[in-house]
Amino acid sequence: MLKLKNLSKTFNPGTVNEKLVLDNVSLLVNEGDFVSVIGSNGAGKSTLLNAIAGSVDLDAGSIELNGREISQMPDVTRARFIGRVFQDPMMGTAPGMWIKENLSLAYRRTKRPTLRWALSSDDDEMYIEKLEKLGLGLEGRLKTKVGLLSGGQRQALTLLMATIQQPELLLLDEHTAALDPKTAKTVLELSADIIEKNNLTTLMVTHNMRNAIDYGNRLIMMHEGRIILDIEGEEKRRLSVAALMEMFERSSGEDFASDSALLGK
Amino acid sequence: MITAATIQSAIAQGLLWAVLTLGVYLTYRVLGFSDLGCEGSFPLGAAVSVVLMNGGVHPLLAAAAAMLCGAIAGAITGVLHTVFKIPDILAGILTMISLYSINIRIMSGKATVTIASDTLKSIVGGLFPQNTSSYIVSIVTGAIFCLIIVGVLYYYFGTEVGCSIRATGDNAKMARAVGVNTDMMIVLCLVISNSMIALAGNLIAQFDYGSALVNMGQGTIVIGLASIIIGEVLFVRDEMNFALKMFSVVAGAVIYRIVIACALTLPWLKATDLKLITAVTVAIALALPVVKQKMALRAKRRAALKEAGNAEA
Repeated sequence: MLKLKNLSKTFNPGTVNEKLVLDNVSLLVNEGDFVSVIGSNGAGKSTLLNAIAGSVDLDAGSIELNGREISQMPDVTRARFIGRVFQDPMMGTAPGMWIKENLSLAYRRTKRPTLRWALSSDDDEMYIEKLEKLGLGLEGRLKTKVGLLSGGQRQALTLLMATIQQPELLLLDEHTAALDPKTAKTVLELSADIIEKNNLTTLMVTHNMRNAIDYGNRLIMMHEGRIILDIEGEEKRRLSVAALMEMFERSSGEDFASDSALLGK
Repeated sequence: MITAATIQSAIAQGLLWAVLTLGVYLTYRVLGFSDLGCEGSFPLGAAVSVVLMNGGVHPLLAAAAAMLCGAIAGAITGVLHTVFKIPDILAGILTMISLYSINIRIMSGKATVTIASDTLKSIVGGLFPQNTSSYIVSIVTGAIFCLIIVGVLYYYFGTEVGCSIRATGDNAKMARAVGVNTDMMIVLCLVISNSMIALAGNLIAQFDYGSALVNMGQGTIVIGLASIIIGEVLFVRDEMNFALKMFSVVAGAVIYRIVIACALTLPWLKATDLKLITAVTVAIALALPVVKQKMALRAKRRAALKEAGNAEA
């Protein structure tokens, strides 16, 4: 269970560029919840994820994951139990290293690195089995450099790396936004599949309202650093893009049409 | 005149300097860190070992002490960069500059300390027949050191820790996302690299200069880079494993010395022109891929323009 209490963050305080990106955000995410997070540019979605992962320092607030306070932990320590996939497919993998080397780094994320030979074939079978499930033909290419893969393949691999050790929390930050529509769909379905099979607690930021409605059991909408909508269960299943837009306008008091970023495909 | 002795001497020098080149390779290529600190840890290794040997310490023990001191120098550069966020080049320069003063302290205020005791060279030389040339002794010793170092590094960079260092150099953001403490890996890599560079300083002092000189570090990073680039251009292929890449770099260091030795036989070249030639070589080698890319882009644009013109007509 993830408990966010009164998270606040201001960028560039005391300058003309001062911006309040997280305004007293509190949120309770239950074990196994798959939450899609939507909102316009600058609403604070990515900052929220970065704060949870530890790559952004908070001004105030506490983050509790499965009973322990993590807001003071460095990001690398949190990475042992929080899986992340970034928007940029180049970001989540090491291009100059083999698929197998990338996977083995991710597989040993919970432990300190030792002087054990990392390139042994002990875990090959497990890697191949996991890669087969991606259905992208990567299973025969353990010794291929990741830099030679396509963006979609790299993103799918990042997803596998983020989940190869069951994470306590999975953070997906617009992880399909940089992919072409067909590849984006494949990666998104893979994500949903992995999340469901492993019952992963997940926060997924997306710009696509359709995806936000179709995937996950809960939806939150952010605006100007606050959570303005929180819908789950049956109510979420019955949502339409039009209804969601209307809710946005009512809750934020702003015209949705001016915000093209939110328009779903 | 280029004689067999010139070439032998160049090969000997190349193999000894290859130890430095491998150290530079670790920071520059594996980590992507331009470590100028090596210009300080190289004479540091020489100074520490020469002073110890003159004080009666066994050369091998002196070499170990040199490596330890180099490791500390590397750790300081690493901490300046990771903890205090000083840019890599500046962090290295700070270490290098402070080592200048420290090295003179180690050498009791002198700029040169000549070796006045048994060296590794005399010990190894004693194992060979009476009239073996000193070049052969240096070549054999250099080759043995290179073999051992490449072997150890190949193993090390295939372990979990080694993979974590490589990932840090390849994509630090990814490394952090899978829980690799990138700061620690940067410090670790600098420690390993600088201890090797100090060892190289110790070897050069014993086998080549016969003394430790406070200025012997000048230009070492450029020499290292030139050797790396020569090795990469001539031998390295993408699909090579790490050991072969390191051997290529060793070969690059040897070829660099042979080229320099040959160049110096030209009557109009002075020994002091060496650094200029090396720097120009490195600059050209680094500029070449960029120039190539720009030319390819221009050709592509011209072709596209032509095609657009044809389509209009």
